[in-house]
Amino acid sequence: MEFKDYYQTLGVDRGASADDIKKAFRRQARKYHPDVSKEPDAEARMKDVNEAFAVLSDPEKRAAYDQLGQGYHAGQNFQPPPNWDAGFEFSGRGFSGAEAADFSDFFSELFGSHMAWGGGRRQGAHFRARGEDHHAKIELDLEDAYRGTLRSISLKSPLMDEHGRVTVAERNLNVRIPKGVHEGQVIRLAGQGSPGTGGGQSGDLYLEVHFKPNPRYRTEGRHVYATLPVAPWEAALGAAVKAPVPDGQVEVRIPDGSQTGRKLRLKGRGIPGSPPGDLYLVLEVVLPPAASPKAREIYQNMAREMAFDPRQGLGV
Amino acid sequence: MTTPEPIVLLIDETPLTLEEVAVSCAVSGDWIIQHVQAGVLLANPGADPGAWAFSSRDLQRVRRLQTVERDFDANPELAGLVADLLEELERLRGRMRRAGLAPE
Repeated sequence: MEFKDYYQTLGVDRGASADDIKKAFRRQARKYHPDVSKEPDAEARMKDVNEAFAVLSDPEKRAAYDQLGQGYHAGQNFQPPPNWDAGFEFSGRGFSGAEAADFSDFFSELFGSHMAWGGGRRQGAHFRARGEDHHAKIELDLEDAYRGTLRSISLKSPLMDEHGRVTVAERNLNVRIPKGVHEGQVIRLAGQGSPGTGGGQSGDLYLEVHFKPNPRYRTEGRHVYATLPVAPWEAALGAAVKAPVPDGQVEVRIPDGSQTGRKLRLKGRGIPGSPPGDLYLVLEVVLPPAASPKAREIYQNMAREMAFDPRQGLGV
Repeated sequence: MTTPEPIVLLIDETPLTLEEVAVSCAVSGDWIIQHVQAGVLLANPGADPGAWAFSSRDLQRVRRLQTVERDFDANPELAGLVADLLEELERLRGRMRRAGLAPE
């Protein structure tokens, strides 16, 4: 197991005051906020920052970490001595057990068995409590929303043994994702959060759906948008063309006189549901290259015959 | 260890109650009520908290408010402003993507 230098993570020295640690944490929390950060690994860095703060903001955890970590530096191989934590009483304030289950192995080895359980401090197994709810994200392909899919996901969650000690266990869960899910939608899996203690109910698992970036389709709720390239004569004269859609292909009628940006609405062909979303094909007129003498001649004919000025109305 | 398939509910079709949201985000029911009354949660809440219905978006908003308040010692109004800006950012990024423009 690698030693983690929490002071280095927060960018403070070992003598930093509680106030300095809080300030450093806020600075990092702002820098690595997953929704606004420009850093490529913001989410992972934010997890490290939360973990470091969970330890260094708690005087008991910090004292234990300082005592244990003397002489170690980041990345060095590390094993805590047995019963190293005798005499310390930790609380899991600030971060839930579910969040802490996501922290590093280093953290779980040191503090995992001391995280708050069922909202209270360390309790015996006789204490009856509902397990915590978990939140996670799941990344799907758009096609999965049309058909539904079966996904295996791996989760870390705290488990309590009969002596009231908590360990972090990894488990796999098969989830049938129903068709009709959309970006940002949350799927609730009853009883799949942390197990309860003392016969208490298990918590629930909440999965927030995100679609993998798709080069062809964009979504807004259940509506789906795609760009459909068309030739100038198809746009000008109208045509029946084939277009790909997430669940196959369709034949659409391009109305004559179409321009780039015109939206064709295919009612009900977006993500299924009640009501289903619509599919919008946004036309993009693509010019054939003037790559051959014949093509050049056709363009020259058009220039001569059509008297077309796209800049009419610009006053030039 | 692989467990059998669990029962799946889609939140927007089966909205969450006040109590369910509170449990799911490990906050008290009072915390939720205070934030609804402060105007930073639920757009058009009725008078009866027992009849409030929370969507996927509301659930995400509760988690955002909670994180901003915890990480920055923000009050509910400031956390609400941050959540509004993040939602607006998401909406605009979505529009850019639909227009075929990368968000960067």
